[in-house]
Amino acid sequence: MICQECHERPAALHFTKTVNGEMREVYLCEHCAQEKGEHLFSGHPAFSLNNLLGGLFNPEPHFASNPSFHQKEIHCENCHMTFQQFLQSGKFGCAQCYQSFDSKLSSILKRLHGGNTIHHGKIPARMGGTLHLQKELQQLREQLQEMITNEHFEQAANVRDEIHALEKKLLDEGGVQ
Amino acid sequence: MSLERFINQQTSAWMSGTGPDSDVVLSTRVRLARNLDNVMFPTIFALEEAKKVVERINEAAFDKLSLELLKMEDLSSLQKRVLVEKHLISPFLAETSLYGAALISDQEDVSIMVNEEDHVRIQCLASGLQLKETLDKANRIDDVIEQQVQYAFDEKKGYLTACPTNVGTGLRASVMIHLPGLVLTRQMNRIIPAISQLGLVVRGIYGEGSEALGNIFQISNQLTLGKSEEDIINDLDSIVHELMSREQSARDALMQTSPTQLEDRIFRSYGILSNSRVIETSEAFQCLSDVRLGIDLGYITHISKSILSELMVLTQPGFLQQYAGGPLRAEERDIRRAALIRERLEFEGTN
Repeated sequence: MICQECHERPAALHFTKTVNGEMREVYLCEHCAQEKGEHLFSGHPAFSLNNLLGGLFNPEPHFASNPSFHQKEIHCENCHMTFQQFLQSGKFGCAQCYQSFDSKLSSILKRLHGGNTIHHGKIPARMGGTLHLQKELQQLREQLQEMITNEHFEQAANVRDEIHALEKKLLDEGGVQ
Repeated sequence: MSLERFINQQTSAWMSGTGPDSDVVLSTRVRLARNLDNVMFPTIFALEEAKKVVERINEAAFDKLSLELLKMEDLSSLQKRVLVEKHLISPFLAETSLYGAALISDQEDVSIMVNEEDHVRIQCLASGLQLKETLDKANRIDDVIEQQVQYAFDEKKGYLTACPTNVGTGLRASVMIHLPGLVLTRQMNRIIPAISQLGLVVRGIYGEGSEALGNIFQISNQLTLGKSEEDIINDLDSIVHELMSREQSARDALMQTSPTQLEDRIFRSYGILSNSRVIETSEAFQCLSDVRLGIDLGYITHISKSILSELMVLTQPGFLQQYAGGPLRAEERDIRRAALIRERLEFEGTN
């Protein structure tokens, strides 16, 4: 592969740039990469995953250079970490931070987790409320859908009854469906 | 059970090479990240809090799980390095944590790291490909600890972690896989980008940024939020199966098209390992990979499969220095490494 910039030297750096959802493959030789400032990976001692995260989370440059952006800096009431500090370290100070920075967080989570923002996994056993029932209901509904798709109607009828029973139980306990 | 044993015991159960699909898959690792509710994350917490976290987790886990508590501040840097090389603790826990500790099982298949990036990191290791079983084991440990402590959990975002890359399930499942066939047939460079597009990461064996020494790759999930633990495991499992069958085809193709060259390569590497007096890590790993391939393909019959995973760990700088009983310069390590490998091969030969 030859460098896209000078078309002379062999490309030493290969990466994929995603701008506005559009992916572009970039091949550069070391010389051109340095000139273009794309030498992130040249063994810079301070380079770490967190720097990368910081870069990923940073808002658009024009946004950050707007002075009013910094004046309105939000921080976590519980641990006093500011959003800017979080961006720099890539790590939160406490569980409360997730609440405190909620408004800015969903775009970050989407970028990190393939567009997802809602947890669909394990729930701690000691979590009170109807969370476990709701999860069970969700799973049954998915099962039902699958059975209907596969035309297993008898089994589907059983699952439907289970769903009704569970919905009733949820209503009795005052939870949302 | 004591610290001495963890340091001196050369091999852990997960290195045995006896698990399912161990022709290609060396080991499976599952990690769950958890934090205590109402305690600052290790990012910013105070000394006193850090100490208390160790006590609380030790109390919660000690009775039911029979684990040994190792506090980082009690260990020498060489001892910590050996634990890192055995994959029982992370470099981060060894170097930078505040009151970091690890609770390790007798078999070295469970290690709960305390005060790493998160308060609790439950790690389970197994030989071969055993994603489901290893996840089940980690979940059981998680449940035991959760009976005693309240975790930081949010209905929408799941388990809350210091770094948002782990939020949700807090699950990182990874598989260490030996792919000499795909590397020899030059297919790996095309496969790695394809895997990355599926939300999985491929790395060398020592984690982020490390190159693939000895044709060993680590494949793990990237996303932790939005999918259930089971789905994450299943996705990884199906990719690993796909890689296994491609590796098998590559090995078959090599055996068919150039059997003599393959045999030559395997026995040359065997020759280097059994005769060299000075050997660097990368050369040692490459030769060990060839020899292991030779064992898998039936060219070499008198050596056990576990040799690759065992020597991979034993020939690292920390272990070599532990053996030597003191610090060694790089050249001295290369000499020791060569001697250790020769000894090990002779030992296998006489058995």
